[in-house]
Amino acid sequence: MAALISTEGLGHLYNQGQPNEVAALVDVDVAIEGGEFIAVVGPNGSGKSTLAKHFNALLLPTSGRVLVGGIDTRDQARMWEVRRMAGMVFQNPDNQIVATTVEEDVAFGPENLGVPPADIGTRIEQALRWVGMLEHRRHAPHLLSGGQKQRVAIAGVLAMKPRCLILDEATAMLDPVGRDEVMATVKWLNREEGLTVVHITHFMDEAAEADRVLVMDRGQVRFAGAPREVFSRPTELRQIGLDLPAMAELADRLRRAGLEVPAGVTSVEEMVDLLCR
Amino acid sequence: MSRGLTVGQYLPGESVIHRLDPRTKIAIVSVYVLALFIINNPWGYVAAVVFAVVALALSAVPLRYMLDGIKPILVLILLTLTLNVFMTPGTPIWRFGRVVATREGLITGGFLAFRLILLIAVTSLLTLTTSPVALTDGLERLLKPFARLGLPAHELAMMMTIALRFIPTLLEEAEKIMKAQMARGTDFESGNLVRRTKALIPLLVPLFISSFRRADELAMAMEARGYHGGAGRTRFRQLRVGPADYVAGAVTAVFVAGLVYLRFR
Repeated sequence: MAALISTEGLGHLYNQGQPNEVAALVDVDVAIEGGEFIAVVGPNGSGKSTLAKHFNALLLPTSGRVLVGGIDTRDQARMWEVRRMAGMVFQNPDNQIVATTVEEDVAFGPENLGVPPADIGTRIEQALRWVGMLEHRRHAPHLLSGGQKQRVAIAGVLAMKPRCLILDEATAMLDPVGRDEVMATVKWLNREEGLTVVHITHFMDEAAEADRVLVMDRGQVRFAGAPREVFSRPTELRQIGLDLPAMAELADRLRRAGLEVPAGVTSVEEMVDLLCR
Repeated sequence: MSRGLTVGQYLPGESVIHRLDPRTKIAIVSVYVLALFIINNPWGYVAAVVFAVVALALSAVPLRYMLDGIKPILVLILLTLTLNVFMTPGTPIWRFGRVVATREGLITGGFLAFRLILLIAVTSLLTLTTSPVALTDGLERLLKPFARLGLPAHELAMMMTIALRFIPTLLEEAEKIMKAQMARGTDFESGNLVRRTKALIPLLVPLFISSFRRADELAMAMEARGYHGGAGRTRFRQLRVGPADYVAGAVTAVFVAGLVYLRFR
């Protein structure tokens, strides 16, 4: 079966043809399978956000192509299908909530799709239950915490019944509690509902929890693989300007101090097992 | 200060008036305001006052709130009254040098002031008993027939919704910027009016810039959620006209018919 989202020789130039032209993506080939939880990391300006915006046709390739569920994103006639299939949650929780109550905001997407009013009610209820915000359905969004707002934004996307959830640095502006809330919600959705998740982040600990990690640098994919593979290359990652997840960092230091630590330790549990052996 | 702030002057409640369909309320208020202008005798005013008082009583809104609505235009009312009293020719009742107050002037001015007071009272009753969201919804649906004539009904309603959504957010941000600027030594409180207005510049500039950034991001988020204007869009919240709406409509119709009769009998 073909991948849910795939890019073929994807390139993107900002300000194409002008003196301040910038190559944000260069020849990127990525394939994301249905049901995967994939994290995209990379330093500022590495093109990770630009890549994400290609997955739902907010940006169109200047070279190569992007296929989402078999649809070429350059196909104007089917653009709304692409956007329905690949829902996106953005960084700033305040700037993506449209309506004055939680439930009306969740209704926004289905309303745009022209879903009959009776079905919108059921969709809202299900989406809000999934993210654990059902009891807040009549609240005003500005009274919610950052983590709650992001969960509402996720519900707003879920109500459109997408196949893939793209988080464009959706945890970047949250406090640690809010970040944990969002991560727990997203992981649950991935595990229980089989939702494909593309998580753009600069928190390496979050990336360590994904099935697969893509490391972007200067518009290209430098490494791709399971977290334990990717994070067992401390030197290369530091060269790019990336940190390691806390446990991988600790493992690396222990190794350099002379302890025998196997490569690819990324979680606290693994580290505990290892040290208490 | 901005936490829990209610936008507009909406006073939540469960009265008959609160529960009327917003479209009914908007239509009745519009008809009432127009009807005020066909009144030309005291009995007509009595009817109009009775109508307003009954509506106020049914809404269970304290009179105080309605009076608060009238306060800002008090100056305008007094000005109208004074100009009429002195500028209308007729039987003099009081003379001050070359300035003459007339009986006719007092009557026209009095009626005009009365009309203004009723107008404001009834429109503020509308905003007091209808939530901004319901008001926007009602307006959008009432204006829908005019969309074919080129009136951007959906766009206007969407703009109002977004404005309502962002007022508390921007207030919060203004507060934050103000504190940040005060920490850097900006003085917002002392000095005369010109000085204090000038002091607002370091508040307004960042607020404007961030509003534009917000607008940009919001537009992208809306697009990502499939927004492409009003065409082909459904609405989750459906407005329903119930028995109370028919009764209110009938009462208004009788009221207007009565006013027309009083005028042209």
